[in-house]
Amino acid sequence: MNQRLLSLSPVDLAIIILYFAAVLAIGFYLKRYTKTGEDFFLAGREMTAWVAGLSFLAANLGSLELMGWAAAAYQYGILATHWYWIGAIPAMLFLGLVMMPFYYISKTHSVPGYLKLRFGESSRALAAISFGFMTVLMSGINMYSMALVLKVVLGWDIHFSIWVSSLTVAAYVFLGGLLSAIFNEVLQFVLIWLGALLISIIGLIETGGWNGMVERIHQNFPGQNFTHLWSTLGSFSDNPMGIHWVGIVFGLGAIISFGYWTTDFLVVQRVLAAKDVRSAKMAPIIGSGFKMLVPFIVILPGLLGLAVLPEHLVGEGQAVATGAHSYNEVLPLMLARYCGPGLLGLGITALIAGFMSGMAGNVSAFATVWTYDIYRPFIRGNATDGHYVSVGRWCTILGVLVSIGTAYLVMQFQSIMDYVQALFSFFIAPLFGTVVLGMLWRRATPAGGFWGLLAGTVSSIGMWAWVKIDPLALRYVALSPRAKDMAENMYRALWSWLICVAVTVIVSSLTRPKPVEELTGLVYGCTELPSEGHLPLYQRPIFWASIVAGVFVVLNIIFW
Amino acid sequence: MHRPGMLSIWFFIGALLLAYGVLILGAGLYELAVPPEHPVVHADLHAGIWWGALLIALGSFYSVRFAPGRNKK
Repeated sequence: MNQRLLSLSPVDLAIIILYFAAVLAIGFYLKRYTKTGEDFFLAGREMTAWVAGLSFLAANLGSLELMGWAAAAYQYGILATHWYWIGAIPAMLFLGLVMMPFYYISKTHSVPGYLKLRFGESSRALAAISFGFMTVLMSGINMYSMALVLKVVLGWDIHFSIWVSSLTVAAYVFLGGLLSAIFNEVLQFVLIWLGALLISIIGLIETGGWNGMVERIHQNFPGQNFTHLWSTLGSFSDNPMGIHWVGIVFGLGAIISFGYWTTDFLVVQRVLAAKDVRSAKMAPIIGSGFKMLVPFIVILPGLLGLAVLPEHLVGEGQAVATGAHSYNEVLPLMLARYCGPGLLGLGITALIAGFMSGMAGNVSAFATVWTYDIYRPFIRGNATDGHYVSVGRWCTILGVLVSIGTAYLVMQFQSIMDYVQALFSFFIAPLFGTVVLGMLWRRATPAGGFWGLLAGTVSSIGMWAWVKIDPLALRYVALSPRAKDMAENMYRALWSWLICVAVTVIVSSLTRPKPVEELTGLVYGCTELPSEGHLPLYQRPIFWASIVAGVFVVLNIIFW
Repeated sequence: MHRPGMLSIWFFIGALLLAYGVLILGAGLYELAVPPEHPVVHADLHAGIWWGALLIALGSFYSVRFAPGRNKK
């Protein structure tokens, strides 16, 4: 694959250059409004529910979301939608309705900060160091992946892509902190939609609608089922993903998704920037409404690729060996199929915006956790607010430089990508166990929280290593020797969460709990939550959450 | 979000969409006048023209609605 997939016209280049100019201009403009730590790290806690909600979703849309899930849709069919629906919507609603009030009322700056208030310094340190370390590594991996995509798709030099995109992100986050990151994420969210939506619209026109698309997929891939969400999940061998519904519901829907959406500070930080508790509750609910629609611009292009592309795409290894196009190229191929000059530039801008919003999310979250959860408690505790803002700014640069270093490391040792992504997943599921028990169970003790988190993380790493050393262990970890990587991740998350919860409960029952007065604002039953009884129905978060939940159920039934 | 004198994010978005709309509509009209040698699938839909027009409409609305001086809350 030495040839690039797409050629850009001058108008396409103008659109991309204009985008870079706009995000930098926003950073420069917002610098004057970023004076205090509250401004830099939490955007002044002034965001409306809409801005916080869209930013919350845009930070997640980053990394390899668009390209990766379009590719997954081509490979696994509509099953990839589970990561947007059951793998996101219930967790986002739970965050908004149940957990957000505690994060917000406790006035914490971060998720590790909440652990400090609830369980003490040792839990905070474990969470902060793991999160900070993994975040910059992930950011570097995403950066490398983006540069690789731009090289394959546009023929751009890989070093040029890495440095230009990362320095742009560093500049606007350095200047305006979270405020700038959030402003740009909302802009990026709009561009992602407007750049990617056209593929689905023209694709459906070409196939004659949904039914026409399904018919063509059946013609192109006889005997395979790419268009049903649940009906093929009764057996590991009946679907292209090799997964069972138990793994999807309990591993993905109950653990991985709740872990990511409710405890990953990368996304939670956006909601902490909301202007009041009601906005903080509404933001994830608004985000969930849009999340439910994202398959229209990510999954549908993958399915349309199955229907209309003349050639069959293949896995990355086979693509390299044979020169065929890989699954990962489905979105650029669809862009090239439908988008002429101008529209192509908008589509590429959507891809770059997706990468940059994710990178900015990582970097701004890293700067906050480093400054508030590592630097202030362990290195210098009595400095001025201005000093911490300064540390946060330089930490942004440091984070980007480490990310660039990781990108180059991955370039040399591709296998690092697999290890780091697995490492990141080790932490999320147990962290959810610790946080949710901390919020909902007043009897959970500091020792229980720390040892539960540690046991969950260590057991997750242990199960991963066990399967690496002895592949036959898959039958125990994932309940089937036929389980694929994704299925293994689901079950590993489920076990590590259960171990975290079990250890937390056992250790808590053997140790002394905190006095109730120290749990005020942190734990359900010890905290007075603001009443919403005086609000009209349409302004209550529960009303909109019910609507989203209803649509979620209907969509799952329609595509059953 | 509503500090005195601060421009709304929606103004930035509107301005960028307006600029993009002009560029994309222009490219679409040029393609209509000078059809390319290798047209994209469904080039007959002239997506550049109506998508560009849509961006201009959205961009104009947000640029005017959230223009400096009107965003006082």
